[in-house]
Amino acid sequence: MKPVNQKAWFLILPVLLCVAFSAIVPLMTVVNYSVQDIISPERRVFVGTEWFAAVMRDQDLHEALWRQMVFSLAVLVVEIPLGIALALSMPAKGWQASITLVLVALSLLIPWNVVGTIWQIYGRADIGLLGAALQAMGIDYNYTGNARDAWLTVLVMDIWHWTPLVALLGYAGLRSIPDAYYQAAQIDGASKFAVFRFIQLPKLRGVLMIAVLLRFMDSFMIYTEPFVLTGGGPGNSTTFLSQYLTQKAVGQFDLGPAAAFSLIYFLIILLLCFILYNWMQSVGTQAKESHHG
Amino acid sequence: MVARIDLDLAHAYGPNPQQDSDYALLPMKMSFQAGGAYALLGPSGCGKTTMLNIISGLVKPSQGEVRFNGDIVNDKTPQERNIAQVFQFPVIYDTMTVADNLAFPLRNRRMPEAQIRQRVGQIAEMLELSGQLNQRAAGLSADAKQKISLGRGLVRPDVAAILFDEPLTVIDPHLKWQLRRKLKQVHQEFKHTLIYVTHDQVEALTFAQEVVVMTRGRAVQVGSAEALFERPAHTFVGHFIGSPGMNFLPVTLQAGHLQVGEHRLPLGDQLHHGLVGTESLKLGIRPEYIALHSAPAENCLPAQVLRWQDLGTSGLLTTQCAGEVVRVRLANHSDTPQVGQTVYLQVLSIHTCFYEQEALIA
Repeated sequence: MKPVNQKAWFLILPVLLCVAFSAIVPLMTVVNYSVQDIISPERRVFVGTEWFAAVMRDQDLHEALWRQMVFSLAVLVVEIPLGIALALSMPAKGWQASITLVLVALSLLIPWNVVGTIWQIYGRADIGLLGAALQAMGIDYNYTGNARDAWLTVLVMDIWHWTPLVALLGYAGLRSIPDAYYQAAQIDGASKFAVFRFIQLPKLRGVLMIAVLLRFMDSFMIYTEPFVLTGGGPGNSTTFLSQYLTQKAVGQFDLGPAAAFSLIYFLIILLLCFILYNWMQSVGTQAKESHHG
Repeated sequence: MVARIDLDLAHAYGPNPQQDSDYALLPMKMSFQAGGAYALLGPSGCGKTTMLNIISGLVKPSQGEVRFNGDIVNDKTPQERNIAQVFQFPVIYDTMTVADNLAFPLRNRRMPEAQIRQRVGQIAEMLELSGQLNQRAAGLSADAKQKISLGRGLVRPDVAAILFDEPLTVIDPHLKWQLRRKLKQVHQEFKHTLIYVTHDQVEALTFAQEVVVMTRGRAVQVGSAEALFERPAHTFVGHFIGSPGMNFLPVTLQAGHLQVGEHRLPLGDQLHHGLVGTESLKLGIRPEYIALHSAPAENCLPAQVLRWQDLGTSGLLTTQCAGEVVRVRLANHSDTPQVGQTVYLQVLSIHTCFYEQEALIA
C-alpha cells in the first residue's frame, strides 16, 4: 500500500480558511437567522422550521418566483440564439474584428446601476429616445404606469446589457474550430446550415453551456437594474426575487423569513443549474448511449 | 468525370511577392493525367499542401490558372470541381454516427437513400468499419477517425480526383501498410485521378506511378521511382530520394579529365561530350553504385574509412574522400575494411550524374 502523506492537508489550509471566512461562516449566519427569532443579541427564540413554513405560504413570494422564472426563461430564449447569431456575423480577423470586439463588449463595461439609469432616461415618454419614438409612432408606451411595458423594458434592457457576453463567448468558441473542419465541409459539399448544425453548434457546446449557466444565474439574481429603472413597479410587476428578498430583509427587517427564503433561493438556483447542466451534457450524446447496449 | 489537371501558376500568400522566398509556389507548369496516381513528395514547407489546396479549390492561386480537362476552374469551388480531399488530421462530424459521417457527402448531393446505404456499406466493408457503423464517431480512436475521413473521401463514386494530404500520419505503422494497399486497390479498380501528398519517400514510391519531388516552392522533378533513383534531375532529388541519399563531389573539368580535389580522373569520350563548355560541376553517385577496391586501381579515388554500419542485408561504409563524406553501400561484406584504413572508390560509371548549379547536365 502506498503511504499517505498527510502533510498535503496543510497546503490547502489557507484556501480552506479563506473559503470559511468568505462563504461558509456568512452562510451559517443565514442558517442561524432562518431557524431563530432574534429580537436582540440577548433575546432569541429557536423557532425551528416556522420561517420556512411562513415563506412557503407567502402569496407575494409565489408571484415573485413565477415572475422570476418567466423572466430568466425569456432571457435565455432570446439571449442565447441572439448571441450565437451575433458571434457568427462578427468578422474573424483584421482591424474590423478588433473594432467589432470593442463595440460588442462596450455594454459589458457599464456598471449595473448606470445601465438602469441609461434605460430609465432612454425609455421616458417625454424626453427619452426610445419612449418618445414609440409615442411618436402611436404606441402608447409607458414603463412607469403599464405593467407589461415595464416588464418588457427590463427584459430588453437585460438583452441589451448581456447578449454581448454570449456573443463574446460564442466568438471565442468559433475561433477555436480548426480550419480543416470548414475545408472538409466545403469538400463534402455541406450547406451553410449544415456547417452550423454539424460543426459549429457541436463545437460550441462547451462555451454555450457556460453562457447558459452564467446568464441563468445572473438573470435569476437580477436586482440593480430593475431597482433603478422601475423600483419593482408598477405594482409588483417587476419585483423579482432579489428585490422581494431585500424588501423583506432591509425594508421590513424580517430577518428570519428573509434568511429562510435566502436558503430556498440558493437551493433553487443550485437545482436549476444542475438540471440545465445535465440536460446540456446529454444533448448530442444520445446516439452514443443508445448504441452502447 | 475523371479529370486531367493542368497547372500553370504561382502562388504567394502575401501581396506583392518580390523574391523567390515570398512565394509558396514558384511559377510552374505541371500536368496530371486523367486516372493517374501521383505523389507530391517533399520536406515540410516545400509547398506541396499549397499545391494540393490549389487543385481542390480551397486556395486560389495568386497568378496563373488551374485547368480541369482544359477548362479554367480558378473561380470554381471544390464542390463545383467535384473534388474529394482527405486531410492530415481526422475531421469527423462529432454528433453523427460513423454511417452518417460516411453518408454526409452523398446526402449533401441528394443521392437517393437506398443508393447511399449501399455505397456506405461498400466503403465501410473496405475500410473494415462495418462493425462500428452505428456508433457515434466522436467516441472512436484516432485510427478509426482517420479511416472515416478516408471513407468520406472515397465514398463519392463520380469524383474528378481524390486528393490526400498526408492522410496516414496519425495511423499506426501496421495499419498504414494495410490502408496504403487499399488505396492502391481502389485506384486500380476505379481509375480515379489520385494525388497523394507525403514526406515519406517509401510511401510516395509505393503508391504512385509518378512522383513529383518538391522543394522550396519548386517542383524539381516529375518521374517514376526508377527515374528519380537513376537520374535525379536536381541535387535535391538525389539527396532526398534513397537512404542514404546520393553522394556529391565538387569537381572541375580540365582538358580531358576531371579534377577532384588533388586527384585526376580521366573522362571517357561519351561523358566528355555532354560536359563541353562547363567548368565547375558536382559529381553525383549513389552509394549503391560505387565500386570498392582495397588496393590502388585505375580511375579510383583514395578514401579514408570513417565508420562501418551493419544494416543486416547490407552494410554501409562511411568514408572521407577529397574532403567530402562519401557513403558506400556494400551488399557483400565478408571482409569489412577497418576504420582508418585507406580504400579506393570507383565513382565513374554509367550511373554517375553531373550537375551544374544543382541541375542535371549529364
